Amino acid sequence: MSTNPKTAPTEVAKDDSMLKQKAMMASHYDRLTSAKETGAKTCSTFVPGNLNELIMCFGLLNNLPEVNAIQAGLRKKSGLYVMESEKLGHSEDVCTYVKSDIGMMAKGNLAPNGKPLPDPDVLMLSYTGCFTFMKWFELLREEYKCPTIMLHTPYEGDGKITENMRDYMVKQLKEEVIPTLEEVSGVKFDIDRLRENLKKSVKAEDDLVHVLQSAKNKPSPIDAYFGGIYYIGPIFGAFRGTDDAIDYYSTLRQEVDARVAAGAGPVTPDGDMGPEKYRLVVEGPPNYTSFRDFWKMFYEEGAVVVASSYTKVGGVYDLGFRHDPDNPLETLADYCLGVYTNRNLPQRVDMLANYVEEYEADGLLVNSIKSCNSFSAGQLLIMREVERRTGKPAAFIETDLVDPRYFSPANVKNRLESYFQMVDQKRASVTASGVAA
Amino acid sequence: MKCFIGIDLGSTTTKAVLMDDNEQVLGQGITNSRSNYDTASRVAKQEAVVDTRLTLCRRGLAGAAGLEEGLDEFLGALERSFRLEQFLDQLGDLEATCKTQIAGERFAGVEKEIDAALVAIFDELRDSAPALFTPGAKRKSDFFRDIAGGHYLQVAEEVAKEVGLPYELLLNVYDKSIIDVENRPPSEDLSGKFVDALKRVLGQTEGDGRDAGEIEQRVKDALAVELEESYVVGTGYGRVTLPFSKEHIRSEILCHGLGAHKMYPKTRTVLDIGGQDTKGIQVDPVGIVENFQMNDRCAAGCGRYLGYIADEMNMGVHELGPMAMKSTRSVRINSTCTVFAGAELRDRLALGENRADILAGLHRAIILRAMSIISRSGGISDEFTFTGGVAKNEAAVRELRKLVKENYGDVKINIDPDSIYTGALGAATFAYRTGMEGARA
Repeated sequence: MSTNPKTAPTEVAKDDSMLKQKAMMASHYDRLTSAKETGAKTCSTFVPGNLNELIMCFGLLNNLPEVNAIQAGLRKKSGLYVMESEKLGHSEDVCTYVKSDIGMMAKGNLAPNGKPLPDPDVLMLSYTGCFTFMKWFELLREEYKCPTIMLHTPYEGDGKITENMRDYMVKQLKEEVIPTLEEVSGVKFDIDRLRENLKKSVKAEDDLVHVLQSAKNKPSPIDAYFGGIYYIGPIFGAFRGTDDAIDYYSTLRQEVDARVAAGAGPVTPDGDMGPEKYRLVVEGPPNYTSFRDFWKMFYEEGAVVVASSYTKVGGVYDLGFRHDPDNPLETLADYCLGVYTNRNLPQRVDMLANYVEEYEADGLLVNSIKSCNSFSAGQLLIMREVERRTGKPAAFIETDLVDPRYFSPANVKNRLESYFQMVDQKRASVTASGVAA
Repeated sequence: MKCFIGIDLGSTTTKAVLMDDNEQVLGQGITNSRSNYDTASRVAKQEAVVDTRLTLCRRGLAGAAGLEEGLDEFLGALERSFRLEQFLDQLGDLEATCKTQIAGERFAGVEKEIDAALVAIFDELRDSAPALFTPGAKRKSDFFRDIAGGHYLQVAEEVAKEVGLPYELLLNVYDKSIIDVENRPPSEDLSGKFVDALKRVLGQTEGDGRDAGEIEQRVKDALAVELEESYVVGTGYGRVTLPFSKEHIRSEILCHGLGAHKMYPKTRTVLDIGGQDTKGIQVDPVGIVENFQMNDRCAAGCGRYLGYIADEMNMGVHELGPMAMKSTRSVRINSTCTVFAGAELRDRLALGENRADILAGLHRAIILRAMSIISRSGGISDEFTFTGGVAKNEAAVRELRKLVKENYGDVKINIDPDSIYTGALGAATFAYRTGMEGARA
């Protein structure tokens, strides 16, 4: 294992969008790690319910602990961090994003560029469906003793957003969130600046949806799970509402359109994928510690993910939501209320079953995360219901986010191969009965 | 004759099933997986071929004069006699291999004594071999390593005492040799062994109105039938190590589903408890897998769990079930972890609990794990087929029956005595289907 993050494994030629994203991420981490020198203030917050447009109104830098944990996972450092936080007293069953973050703090809180991340000036908790987030920020508050904002997002228990919910959130934004951010930053809130940021978001959101929906083509020009994780990076992270994001998504869109025109499949870490044999919808986050090996188990078999729920945790733009500059605070409320983690089980089932149909998938695969109760609760029910509605076979695998101890390659591969063969059998039997009829 | 072969490379044993072009099973074979799947699959396949030859002999000898009544008995004798030939053959190999070890430094100065000791040991092993293959003879196992090994150690101890050699030296010679012998591809001359075996049987037995010439001819005809290996499918954990191309490999989940369907066509739910995994499988009316769940991240509740417990209790794994059947009450074992269950076991023993009762509790713990996996795969539908090595354990079966009844009511539970071959049977069926499709195309 390389300890130098700059020595990446052998890469195939990178697309412009990939290079652009890499540069964006690098400069973002540089901005964060030089905050002390530049005097910039930082705000730690989460991906689901990330209010980047608002945070930027106050000149604050957005730091996302989840993304830091993912980076640590991809760079094979999270195992060490997880064990470090266990040493500090966190149990084996706690969310491994949390443990990676806590362990990383204990080990000097180094960003991927090798420099220490600044202590946050404010913790902005937009609580969307995951209770662990609240506990996580409690720990961070204890550590940093900085102002903490709790924006409570009501759960979509009945599967819809009501006026009351929206009003409740707008009230919190006006009375709690904005005043605290003003106080921390020393910058007065300017609603027109927010509108400008939101306008930029919309442009990038349109392009993202175009990219994600390109997977309806056959073959799909993208992998909407493994590749999708890269595609959502800027918009779910610190770039929504920026010119950088607009550029990135318009470049990506052009590249994807070119792939469609050429009838090409997705780009994988080993170059272009071979012929598309299986089209899958995936529910649940991926495993990050063996991300490439995990992905390889799919593309080696000709399996492409055409739609996934995980790429909706930071917004369900493909279901029609767009940030609305004309109603800036209400739109922020709607955004938080609508993210995938805040949706109830029937909504999740609808979404996944529709994906199977709309993207003409062979079935649903659930990747159940050992340490994520929020995602995992009810996944078997979801799986069965989607199976029942679509008549397509489903399968269940189990891994973890960033704890390398919970990725068992032989078992996962065994299940995946069984699943792909199951799909083959199902197809053969459909063909056979079609002939018989 | 076109043959279709399925091989299931399990973590403990490797199984093979041979099918003809009418989708009829002609033979099945099993061997220990060793650490060498390549040899294991060759041995299992050869065992299936041996079994096939016996099936063909049975067909060939049907109606032969003088065998109308005692055909089963005659074939039983033929098989035992063949096994003896096979055993003597491997014993010869073991002796020769042992002798090559004497050149080592460790034996400097005592080469002659060791050589003489080996001659004495192997003479004794050869002399006592026929008794191992008499009707009703009890053998520890059917694998050469187990039969020859146990006996060697016993005889070597006596010989060492007699000739004044350290026992460890003779043990060392054996340990160094057995792996080589076990991993050596088996001798392919089956017909020769069969003919020798037949001659021994004909010489040792008598039958009214029997025509030895006719019998020999019919057996030779059966041995002459060409077995054309049309298509082979591999499954199980070792499948990727085989020199099979991808289209010759099927997941063991699909193979178990299809195998169970072949055994019991009304099967809708399958439970397989193997050495290192437990699978709950739902199949449709034609044997296609609809859903499955299996353990991962933890192997508690698998066959190995019983192996571990057997070691802890200093018992053979096959003795656990019968002892648990003697229980009068079941002791509750809470731990799902294999190692912790061992700790609980010692704790219970220290508390003075009865061994049989503790074992009954352990069997229940395994089956509870299995029930959880089945329920996650979609529950149990009628009919329910239980397969894998643990299906041979009567105490596990007793607990399973109870829990199925409690949770799912009256469900027909199928357990085939040959259930260990389920995966290989499914693989052979896949081989048949693919091979026949290829032939039609």
